[in-house]
Amino acid sequence: MSGLLLPLGIGIAFGFTLERAGLGNARKLTGQFLLTDLTVFKVMFSAIVTAMLGLFWLSRMGWIDLNAIAIPETYLRPQLAGGLVFGAGFALAGLCPGTSCVAAASGRGDGAAVVAGLFTGILASGLTIPLFIDFYDSDARGAWTLPSLLHLPYGTVVLGIAIVAIAGFIAAERIERRTAPRERGNGERMTRIRVAVAAMALLVAAVAAVARTPDAPNQSGGARKPAPTLYKPASGC
Amino acid sequence: MKYSDPYLSGVALGLVLLGAFVFAGRGLGASGAFAATATGTVAAVAPDYAASNPYFGRYLARPGGPWREWLLTEIIGVVIGGFVSAALAGRLRRSVERGRGVSPGSRLAIAFLGGTMMGVGATLARGCTSGQALTGGALLSVGSWTFMLAAFAAGYAVAPAVKRMWQ
Repeated sequence: MSGLLLPLGIGIAFGFTLERAGLGNARKLTGQFLLTDLTVFKVMFSAIVTAMLGLFWLSRMGWIDLNAIAIPETYLRPQLAGGLVFGAGFALAGLCPGTSCVAAASGRGDGAAVVAGLFTGILASGLTIPLFIDFYDSDARGAWTLPSLLHLPYGTVVLGIAIVAIAGFIAAERIERRTAPRERGNGERMTRIRVAVAAMALLVAAVAAVARTPDAPNQSGGARKPAPTLYKPASGC
Repeated sequence: MKYSDPYLSGVALGLVLLGAFVFAGRGLGASGAFAATATGTVAAVAPDYAASNPYFGRYLARPGGPWREWLLTEIIGVVIGGFVSAALAGRLRRSVERGRGVSPGSRLAIAFLGGTMMGVGATLARGCTSGQALTGGALLSVGSWTFMLAAFAAGYAVAPAVKRMWQ
């Protein structure tokens, strides 16, 4: 029983946050693809950068062991193909798997239709897997990370992603001002100040990350390749 | 009630993800819960077939079986959390979110089709926006970033069709 409380609690926090951000609303998610409302990008990249910096610093302080965290394994070509099919479906549905559950939970019929479609698609894929199992299991690269792909220290990649995200946030605010000028008013200045403060905090954290990264891959932060004994493969999704 | 600031929501979501990493040793997910449900359903109908099927068989082989899958419990939490948040904000309402260009029936059909495509894509990619883009993104997995960039590229490629639906 206690084993169920942790995923249940994490799920409740996950669903609550998605709904608060408006991501149970297909209209809002669709705005990402029409470039009228870039909430999806802003939420996703704020979340990725927050968790990425948190992981980096917690491991640097020696409070967590990165090897104990399951890194999704890379199957390059299947994931490229899967991403293309998934993205087209995402734009059509206006919801992704997690957000469709939130949409359905808040009473939206289109959310329930996406949930039913997801189940159908995964069931059909499973039933027909013998036809494409070779492709499904092809191009396996194990737990492959950007630092080892780019031959850069962990902290440098963290800094790079933080900079790209901040540039993306600035671009997103500019694009929204052009495509959806109506909703803006005196809230705009506040948003910009908040973005600026958050961006600076991110940069300071990320620059500090690099400054304190010696070129020592065996330090906790550099050890991105999992030790076989500790590594447990990520399950499913 | 207005939706929360996207950056603050994103930081909150990042802290939830970080909490999952620290306390559960794994990230968030969504499509895996559907995979577990499909596996459990097939196994209930045809147990021998499910065990011999390479996709369902791998899920069945996990300790506890498909109904005890971590992501299934988590997604039940997502539904509860989404419901509670919408209720507190006065946003619980039976509706079909759609543009003026399509009838409610067409919107549901397109949503179902989009969901089916995402199911196929998430199977191939071994995860979705939660398990790959968010979780694998923060863990700097090359496959996860590949998935994320491919998904957004394809999303923008079909955007003209989407635009007509939502006008």
